[in-house]
Amino acid sequence: MKIVVCIKQVPNTNEVKLDPVKGTLIREGVPSILNPDDKAGLEAALQLKDQYGAEIHVITMGPPQADAVLREALAMGADKAYLVSGREFGGADTLATSTTIAAAVKKLAPFDLVITGRQAIDGDTAQVGPQISEHLGIANVSYAEEIKVEGEYVIVKRQYEDRHHIVKAKMPCLITALGEMNKPRYMTPGGINDAYKTEITVWGRPDIDVPDDELGLTGSPTRVVQSFPKSLKPAGVKVQLDTAESADYIVDKLKEKFVI
Amino acid sequence: MDFKLDKAHEMMRTLYRDFAQNEVKPLAQEIDETERFPRETVEKLQKYGMMSIDIPKEYGGQGCDSLSYVIALEEIAKVCGTTAVLLSAHTTLCCGPILKFGTEEQKQKYLVPLAKGEKLGAFALTEPNAGTDAAGQQTKAVLDGDEWVLNGSKIFITNGKEADIYIVFAMTDKSKGTKGGISAFIVEKGTPGFTFGTKEKKMGIRGSSTYELVFTDCRIPKDNLLGELGKGFKYAMMTLDGGRIGIAAQALGLAAGALESTIAYVKERKQFGRPLAKFQNTAFQLADMYTKVEAARLLVYKAAIAKDTQKVYSVEAAMAKLCAAETAMEVTTKAVQLYGGYGYIREYDVERMMRDAKITEIYEGTSEVQRMVISGSILR
Repeated sequence: MKIVVCIKQVPNTNEVKLDPVKGTLIREGVPSILNPDDKAGLEAALQLKDQYGAEIHVITMGPPQADAVLREALAMGADKAYLVSGREFGGADTLATSTTIAAAVKKLAPFDLVITGRQAIDGDTAQVGPQISEHLGIANVSYAEEIKVEGEYVIVKRQYEDRHHIVKAKMPCLITALGEMNKPRYMTPGGINDAYKTEITVWGRPDIDVPDDELGLTGSPTRVVQSFPKSLKPAGVKVQLDTAESADYIVDKLKEKFVI
Repeated sequence: MDFKLDKAHEMMRTLYRDFAQNEVKPLAQEIDETERFPRETVEKLQKYGMMSIDIPKEYGGQGCDSLSYVIALEEIAKVCGTTAVLLSAHTTLCCGPILKFGTEEQKQKYLVPLAKGEKLGAFALTEPNAGTDAAGQQTKAVLDGDEWVLNGSKIFITNGKEADIYIVFAMTDKSKGTKGGISAFIVEKGTPGFTFGTKEKKMGIRGSSTYELVFTDCRIPKDNLLGELGKGFKYAMMTLDGGRIGIAAQALGLAAGALESTIAYVKERKQFGRPLAKFQNTAFQLADMYTKVEAARLLVYKAAIAKDTQKVYSVEAAMAKLCAAETAMEVTTKAVQLYGGYGYIREYDVERMMRDAKITEIYEGTSEVQRMVISGSILR
């Protein structure tokens, strides 16, 4: 089995602050980490490797220093690593990003599975994984909590609001992983040693078979206008009334908030 | 000269820090309180290859350098002195001499399972009358046919009852003393005639298993002689040069851990309407502590690099241990003082760290022995 895992280096958002005026992230001095959902996806791939035997290829798109997350992946047990890097790819929104990464994934064909994290903690879009599957023309199973392989199919337990879906999909397909699906393993000291002796394949603009106008800022139809921190929802109020009283209660509350 | 860690060593520090915080720290207080050996931590260390960081891959180790290993001890000791010493005794004092002096057969039989973490190691040199004066060995080994017969006892042995494989020193020719009279042996747990005496109740590192080993007509195969006959004392001293770097790293970790805890505490704790950190006395104390920790770190890392690059590194190891151990005692004592009354309460880590720090000035060569080694090198 050949599994391609797409990962991203992100600022540790626990330590990121927002510029109150510009509404942008202040990234200076903030340590970079492997995006937690992606790390869970990598762990899921490593577990499949332990169980069924697999070759794991990790891809990231980013500046040269993003090789740190690739080396982390190698130190955890991944087999090969690819860095997609070049100024032409900079400023990409989710569409241009997924277009670029999909082109890189295609270079590794044939593969059985592509695993991405559900979403990255610096953008929270959850769009790149599913978009890659569209570009590749393969099925996508998102929000995976559990992955099993049965012959040429994967059986995925998929989180869905108040229930789970059990989805059976024929490989090759793409799965987006939830951070809470597992506890990623630690690297090993020897793994780190080897990871820094391993050559990482770097793919630049000439290696990515995509027209110029679909890449980077030019290929991005969307722009970030403003960033804001997630605000916590306050705890709700529970009331027990009969149907008619409930209706009145809701109407009163909506009037109180000037909704109606 | 470059004082910056490279990316691989930085990544190792991140790994060890995460491991220490998530897996080691949660047990530290409990194993101290109950004097319990943290077997579950040993299993986790084994799972992630941390029982043999600097042992070559061909013998089941991780194949990293000594610097990678001391950073591990430092990060682990920041949260638990016990876990650091069990790891150091296993790796440097037991795996180390087998790797350096053992035959290929001994390496395959003993080093490989030790490096894989399937077996735990210990080192037995100290005796009731042979502590700092290690030459006064009274344990004897006599060759009888194809077997060595051991008689005597060893005290203060780290990993005592928990280990599986022991490096034991014994007198094979008293007339030669340290110059050819002491030999080293590999002894397996369960060998008839090898039993355990009292468990020591200690001031610090209370989770570590410190026992007396007793040998009564204990017969071991002739092939379990480690290295050459009569070279035991030399092997012990060479092994302790490495061990001292391990203990220096443990001491460094204790000091650095106490400093980190104290920095967090003084920012939170308020007296006279402001955080302790806002008082100049606190700030100056912390500045001194930080400077000493950094100085100790440089000596410890220098000694680790010397171990990999120099044939002899006794003086580097002695300076690292002397400086780090005394720094650990000073910094942990100041940490307790800055915590005030809470620092004297067992619920707070610095209380344990101060007790753990004291032993680093004593074992694997007291600070006085380190001064002898250092002064001997400059007054020749």
